[in-house]
Amino acid sequence: MSLLFILIPLVSVIILNVGFKKAMSSFALWLGLLVTVVQAVFVIFNGNFDFNITISVLNFELDKLSLVLLLSIAIVAFSSLLVGFGTIKESKKMFNFVNLVLLSIVGMNGVVMVRDLFSLYVFLEITAVSSFILIASQEDEFAFEGSFKYLVLSAVATVMMLSSIAILMMYSGDTTFISVRDGVQGTNSFFILVAIILFIVGLFIKGGLVPFHGWLPDAYSSAPAGVSVLLAGIVTKTTGIYTMIRIVSEVFGFNETIKNIILLVGIVSIFVGALAALVQSDFKRMLAYSSISQVGYIILALGTGTELGIAGAVFHLFNHSIFKAQLFVNAAAVEKQTGTRDMDAMGGLSTVMPVTGWTSVIAFLSTAGIPPLSGFWSKLIIIIALWKVGHYGYASAAILGSLITLAYFLLMQRKVFFGKVKLPSVKEAGMSFLIPAVILAIITVGVGVFFPFLVNTIIIPVGKLF
Amino acid sequence: MTLDLNFVLLTAMIVSAVWAVMTRSLLMSAVGLAVTSIILTMLMFNLGSPLAAVFELSVCAGLITVVFVSTISLTKPITRCELKEKTKNRIKRYWYLPVILVVLFVVLGFYMVYPEINFLGLYPSNDVRDVMWKLRTTDIMGQMIILLAGVFGVVVLFKERAKDDE
Repeated sequence: MSLLFILIPLVSVIILNVGFKKAMSSFALWLGLLVTVVQAVFVIFNGNFDFNITISVLNFELDKLSLVLLLSIAIVAFSSLLVGFGTIKESKKMFNFVNLVLLSIVGMNGVVMVRDLFSLYVFLEITAVSSFILIASQEDEFAFEGSFKYLVLSAVATVMMLSSIAILMMYSGDTTFISVRDGVQGTNSFFILVAIILFIVGLFIKGGLVPFHGWLPDAYSSAPAGVSVLLAGIVTKTTGIYTMIRIVSEVFGFNETIKNIILLVGIVSIFVGALAALVQSDFKRMLAYSSISQVGYIILALGTGTELGIAGAVFHLFNHSIFKAQLFVNAAAVEKQTGTRDMDAMGGLSTVMPVTGWTSVIAFLSTAGIPPLSGFWSKLIIIIALWKVGHYGYASAAILGSLITLAYFLLMQRKVFFGKVKLPSVKEAGMSFLIPAVILAIITVGVGVFFPFLVNTIIIPVGKLF
Repeated sequence: MTLDLNFVLLTAMIVSAVWAVMTRSLLMSAVGLAVTSIILTMLMFNLGSPLAAVFELSVCAGLITVVFVSTISLTKPITRCELKEKTKNRIKRYWYLPVILVVLFVVLGFYMVYPEINFLGLYPSNDVRDVMWKLRTTDIMGQMIILLAGVFGVVVLFKERAKDDE
């Protein structure tokens, strides 16, 4: 059953390319949307969050953490396909876009389902290659620059991860998670610590954490609209952050050095991202720095090392995919309708684009952690987890970061959506932007309001990974 | 400390890799990559994995060099001014490479003098065919999907440009 998550998008890509070209390109979008909906339905209705299925030849496994990630991949890919349909006009480019998004879905599904370090690297490469091509598909100078920066830094991260896998394989004889864990945990060797730190630094680069975040603002802001939604919503989270949560909690184990490094990088990312976002005038660039800041929260929760911390990290990861994808969908709608990304040139758009304005308000309130939206609950869990372990300083700093988040988002809302109307001839965005915006907003509000029903069935049990 | 053959081969490989990065023309860099790959092949053969060595030789020193050289032959040749610009501050730009290499050598030297004993995975134990088709089937499938993604990417980025030229 877990193999289906890889096979269905792969077979769709093959069908789309082997069949009759003319007939296929008009129905490529519907096939892509069907694949993502099928994935979401499989997770919601079959995921009793209680099974572990292995197929003997190809070893993919599903557990609760993988199911949560699979659901977010499906939702964000659905929004990305619709936004791409709204912005890309030529059918050939749309066909290529759908194929590449399906290939990156194959890669990401593989990343969350493998239980072996080298297979993890292989599926990370699939996601990375599709992302490079997706960013560069716009074929203008900024897109090439963003894609090139991402490519070079991703290659450095891959080299670090591969050398680390080689050193770990020397100590454990095999690369599966179980063998590496048995070979690594409990020993105090200097080389193993070096290998672990190399691997984690590679993951920091992939996840866009400070000080390795140089590629992120350029890649997010210069990519085409649908690609930004996919990148910001799920690619960075899966390749960098999910991998870190899985590897650090299951394979390396939490020792004091790793926990301190992760906590420090997390708190620095929160502040650098938030302060840099305050001064941006380009809409998408501001959202990119905001992503860096929120990913810092996830890493901060991981650094506590407790079950509550891991549950908070995963919950905030899910929430962040949803509300960041929402914000990028709205940014795409605004850019399409006004023709610019400069926030100082916009104003009062909420009167002419009401749905975009209100869904954007919901997304930013969730980011800043205002009850009763989902972001409030996940931040609360993170801060409680930090307080329980005794990191009072980090918890207070996290709350301060939340205030700065509120500040820059209020600034953005005032400049773009409220205030004096500067571009009166703008109309509301088309259906292909409104449908994902409304769906994502409903999920944000729903998870927040129904949190008491979800907390003991889904959210806290995810933390019991080991 | 006796001079281990692996040590000599490693030194030669690193020297040829640095030369591939610092040399003036693109074609020489592609040749440098091929030389690095050949020395890596010798290393792998010396460490006891002949099949991995053959794969490395045929793919990297063979196929990839051919692809690079054919791509370079499609580019515009570099003008004399651009060449002068490029080689002007080579030493100043690349000074850190030899520093990092000396540090790595010292670390490697310590490691070879005081080796740790209980490594589980240091010697190849399984037959290559078993490893590739039975143990690593997931990775073979993953590699095929990467090739598919790569080919798709080349088609996306280059086929459209041909249409622009019409």
